[in-house]
Formats: sequence, C-alpha cells, structure tokens
Amino acid sequence: MAAAIVTEGLGKRYRLGERGDAYGTLRSALSGAMRRRHSREQLWALRDVDLVVEQGEVVGVIGRNGAGKTTLLKLITRITEPTTGVARMRGRVGALLEVGTGFHFELTGRENVFFNGAVLGMSRAEIERRFDEIVEFAGVGRFLDTPLKRYSAGMYLRLAFSVAAHLEPDIVIVDEVLAVGDAEFRHRCTQRMAELQREQRTILLVSHDLAALQNLCARSILLDRGRVRADGPTEEVVRLYLSEVAEGSAAVLEGRAGQPVELRGVQLTDAAGRPSPAPRRDDPLVIRLDVEVRERMPDLDLSVTLLDERGVRLLNDALSDNREAPGIGHPGSYRVSLTLEPLLAAGRYTLGVWLGTATDDYFRGEVLSFELLPAARDREHPFDRPRLADPPLTWDVAPLGERVAL
Amino acid sequence: MTARPEAERALWTENKPSRGWFQGLDVRELLRYRELVLFFAVKELKVRYKQTLFGVGWALIQPLAAMAIFSVVFGSFAGLPSDGLPYEVFVFAGVGLWLYFSNAIRIASESLVEDASLVTKVYFPRMLAPAGAVLPGLVDLAISLVVVAVLMALFGVAPGAALLLLPVWIGATVLIALGAGLWLSALNVLYRDIRSIVPFLLQVWLFASPVVFPSSLIDDSPEKQLYALNPLVGVLDGFRWSLLDAPPPGAEDLLSLASGVLLLVTGLAYFRHAERQFADQI
Repeated sequence: MAAAIVTEGLGKRYRLGERGDAYGTLRSALSGAMRRRHSREQLWALRDVDLVVEQGEVVGVIGRNGAGKTTLLKLITRITEPTTGVARMRGRVGALLEVGTGFHFELTGRENVFFNGAVLGMSRAEIERRFDEIVEFAGVGRFLDTPLKRYSAGMYLRLAFSVAAHLEPDIVIVDEVLAVGDAEFRHRCTQRMAELQREQRTILLVSHDLAALQNLCARSILLDRGRVRADGPTEEVVRLYLSEVAEGSAAVLEGRAGQPVELRGVQLTDAAGRPSPAPRRDDPLVIRLDVEVRERMPDLDLSVTLLDERGVRLLNDALSDNREAPGIGHPGSYRVSLTLEPLLAAGRYTLGVWLGTATDDYFRGEVLSFELLPAARDREHPFDRPRLADPPLTWDVAPLGERVAL
Repeated sequence: MTARPEAERALWTENKPSRGWFQGLDVRELLRYRELVLFFAVKELKVRYKQTLFGVGWALIQPLAAMAIFSVVFGSFAGLPSDGLPYEVFVFAGVGLWLYFSNAIRIASESLVEDASLVTKVYFPRMLAPAGAVLPGLVDLAISLVVVAVLMALFGVAPGAALLLLPVWIGATVLIALGAGLWLSALNVLYRDIRSIVPFLLQVWLFASPVVFPSSLIDDSPEKQLYALNPLVGVLDGFRWSLLDAPPPGAEDLLSLASGVLLLVTGLAYFRHAERQFADQI
C-alpha cells in the first residue's frame, strides 16, 4: 500500500482575535503593527500532527468543538497554510467542507452546476460529461433553468450535494456534510461514500455521527485541543472519546463570541425540575437546555441525541419534530426541556446537542455523560441482562387449563 | 518517506509554511486551473444582467451618458482642448477605456470578499478570482468600440496605420487593471477600509488621467513627470493614437508604461504574500 496523505509535525497557530473576530481595519493594523512583536495571545488550533493515511483508507476524525478537526481538513485541502510542519497529498484532493460553495442565487440551476463544479476542481469537459447524472441524482430536472432563489431548501441541498458527489478526486475530504438534509438525502450521502470507498479512494471524514463513523471507517483519529489523542480502530477511539465527555448532570458551555446563537448550559433534572445527579432508569428524566438567540432565525432548530457507550444513537429528536412546541427563532433566552419517559436500560449514556439551521451549525457536540442507575426493584434480579431498552412492559400469563399429573 | 520515482512525485502536492516575502508564481498550477478564470468571468457577466430591464443595454447607456455630460461640462463650458478632434469623439474613446478600467477594478476589489466561503471552504489559486473579474468588462469595451466607430463615421474621423496596435493598448489596460485589482482585492480581505477607498481612488484616478483632457494639456507644466507616473496615461494616449489618429505617445508615456509594469509585478508579489492569510482573515 502506498501512502496518500502524510503529515509531519503539522501545526497551525492563530493569534487570538484573528479567528471569529470581525475583519481588520487599517487603524487596528497600524496600531497592531507596533504591538505585534510583543506577542499577542496565541492559540495552537493544531499541533505536532503526524499522520500517514494509506491509499484507499477511510479515516474518521473525532473531537469536541474546537479540537482542531476543521483546521486539519483545511490544511490537507490547502485552504490555509500551516504554521509548522508539512502536509503532503498524493493525487487530486476534493473537499466537501460545505455544500453549495460559490452557488449564486440569481443564477439558474444549470449555471450553478457549472460554476460550482469548476470551483470544486472539475474541468468543463468533466462537468459536461457528468451533467445528466448530476441532474438526475439531484432530481431537479424541471427546474434546471430556474434561478436558484426559487428553489426550496431541499432542492438546493440536493443539487449542491449532487455536484460534489460526482467529483472524482483521489482524496475525498468531508466535513459534517452528512448531517444536513432529510433522511433520504443522508442515505444517498452514505451510499455515495460507500461507493467511493469501493473505488479505492482515500477518504477523510469528520463527523459527529459516531455510529456512522463506525460503519464507514475502520480507523479513526481523536483530536483533543489540537493534538492527536488517539489513532486506531474506530470502535476503540469512539469508546475513549465518549469516556472523556464531562461526567455529571450539568454542563456550562462557553460559546464563541459573536455567534448569533449560543448554547449556554445543559442540565439533567427530575420531573419537578430539581437537578438530578443520579437518575434512575424508571424515573422520568428531563433534559434542560439554556439557549441564547441573538438574531432572528426562523428556521433555527435544536436536537438532542442520546448515545450508548459504543456511540450508537438511541435517540435523536429535534424540536421541529414536535409540532406543538413553540420555535426558538426570535431573539431572546430560552429554556428548552425534553422529557424522557422511562425507556432506557441502566447504563452509561452520552448526551449530544445540535443547534443550527438547514445550512449552518452553531453548536454540535457531546455535552455530558451520565450513569443511568438501575431502578430500585432491579436489585432483586440476580442477572443483568444485556439490553438497550428497558421500558415498563407488561407480562401476563393466562392459564389455559391444568395438566393433570399422573 | 522514502525516495519516490520521478513520475510519481509529480502527483504529490505539499502544504507547508511559506518562507520569505517573494513566493513566485506556480505557473503549472495556474494552467491546471485556467478554466476557472473563465468561469469567474462568465459568472460575473451573467449575474450582472440578471433581472435587469435593459440588460446589456447598460453597456451603451453608461458611456453615452458620461460622454454627454463630459462633452457639455468639459467640452463646451470649460472648453478643454481635444488634440484637434471633435470633443465628443475624443472623450467617448477615453470614457470607453476608462469605464472598462474602473469597472474592472471595482469588481476585482470585491472578488474575494463578496463570497467568503469561496476562500474558506475550497482551494483554488486565489488570484484567479481577481483575474476573472477584469475580463467581463471587455464585452462592454467591445460594445463601446462599435459606438466609437459610429461616432467616427459621423464626425469624419479616420484611424491611421497605428490602428494595428489597438490590441496592445487594450491588453496593457487589462494588465494594469489586473495589477491594481490584485492589490485592492488582497488588501480588501485584510482591511475592509478598501471598500470605502476604492470609489474615492477611482475619482482621483479619473481626473489624473487623460480622459476628459489630452496629455498635451500638461505638456509644459513641471508636474509632467509626476503625471506620467500614472500607468493609465500611456495606454490612454496610445489608445487614442491607434483609434483616432491622435498625436503619438511621447517619451513620458514610456515612464507611464513602466509604472504599469511595476504595478502589475508588485500586485502579483503582494497578492502572493498576502494570500496565505486569506482563509484565516476573511
């Protein structure tokens, strides 16, 4: 096997204020030039990363928000330059860090396919050759000559993904794209990934969908504060990752400044709203999220996932799935509660939260892990039967006649 | 890594910290991405005329309106000279080239900032965006050349043999616009002040260039050398010489062309230096 991606001592340092901050002005540059020598606060988004990815390998990248996942991808795709070290890539690198990059709402679907394809690195001839396939895959044939601004969000996503899916790079870099869109769309994404894998393309995949990662990637890398914390079989890496999510019944989160939406805190409580540090499996469990919304976003949505120790999503429910619940699209502070009736077996769980819109993620990550204790009556049982769910079930035995003993 | 065979090595790309100020140009990569320049240009053209009433008609309306105003204000009221040519023809030729130049610079300076995700989410040689931005204006220039031809016929102005050099002046104008566009688009990523500076800069540049007046107006003034530092002086003089058989460019136009070359070279160098920060700063 030959290597497809090699990084040696790869590191990226940001000066604080450079990232996420508003763009510079001449005045701040002039005053900054004087102070630059005296180092401002610096942050290593990525540090000393040595990786070798073999050709045809599918590697997952896991880590909390800000662990350096996206920075790693941006260095491998050459979007940004490293501060130290080197990244070497063999063959054409195709990146899917966002669907629809370069899409213009005034242009028609057809025009956008050509421009987007070109931006993603396809030649005109290549796009022309695959044009019909792209359109067919997206299922927007009738709207090809309609400006993009008349497309629904779903059509837009399908078209954007379709272009990206028809790239034929040697190395495919994917960042969390699988997370958006409807179920069918996600299914297509997964299918296409499997296809790319069969074609012996090298794939680097960032995802918070730990179960999907385990299906797609034999190997994963865990990043923690910019460094490679673990590198090995996905199952083990996921287990390690989940075991390190802050344990407890509450988490206070520090949001990024300037974000239009922020998840402030998460708390597990009982039905009465009291903090519940040691919930039992037969008590209703309330997951309480404090959200601060600073800009009006009509399609802002929030979802909660519950993972077991292997990263399998036992629950994945969005606020928008519940038609009765009011939305959180207006600026303000919200306390969102999700009540879980007794359902799960005793065991260790990790709670994940996503906050975003169809096109943007504002927060996505595992926020806390907790132990669901057995119910009081469970102790009477001598055996611990393996199971995922343990809801209140009703057994009944009806005698249908007595067998006479001889 | 062990040594790789030569053929295989060609397939590898590298991303490592760049050292020093001068990065040079990766010509092979630019060639590989050459189609993207046209895509940028075509996109700009298409977007510009979407949902407009007059469409390409604007390519006519803009210079004609400017010509009318300039003819009245500068030709009739101020009585500016025009090298013996009818003022309308003289000014229209200048305005056509000037509008190409100023529009190219306006679009180029916004080319990277306009869609930040192009810079933060995909890789391509960044200079293709400003390079693509200076091309669509050539369509408008071609249209205004047709109008110049009509005006010339109306006013009885005939071109000389220098007409053959016309593409040279247009090509040089494109390169000067590219030089300025590279500077401004890169600066605009780092400092959004550029957005406010560009309109002002263009206003000053218009009156520092022989658009509404001929270069001969400044012939004897001591500021002549300073005036000739403006790279547009040479191409405008050359353009009128080729098109309208105006007086040929003089010695100071060489200085002007040299400063045009300097603008392009420094633009390329600065852009290559600044582009490593684009994705982090935009």
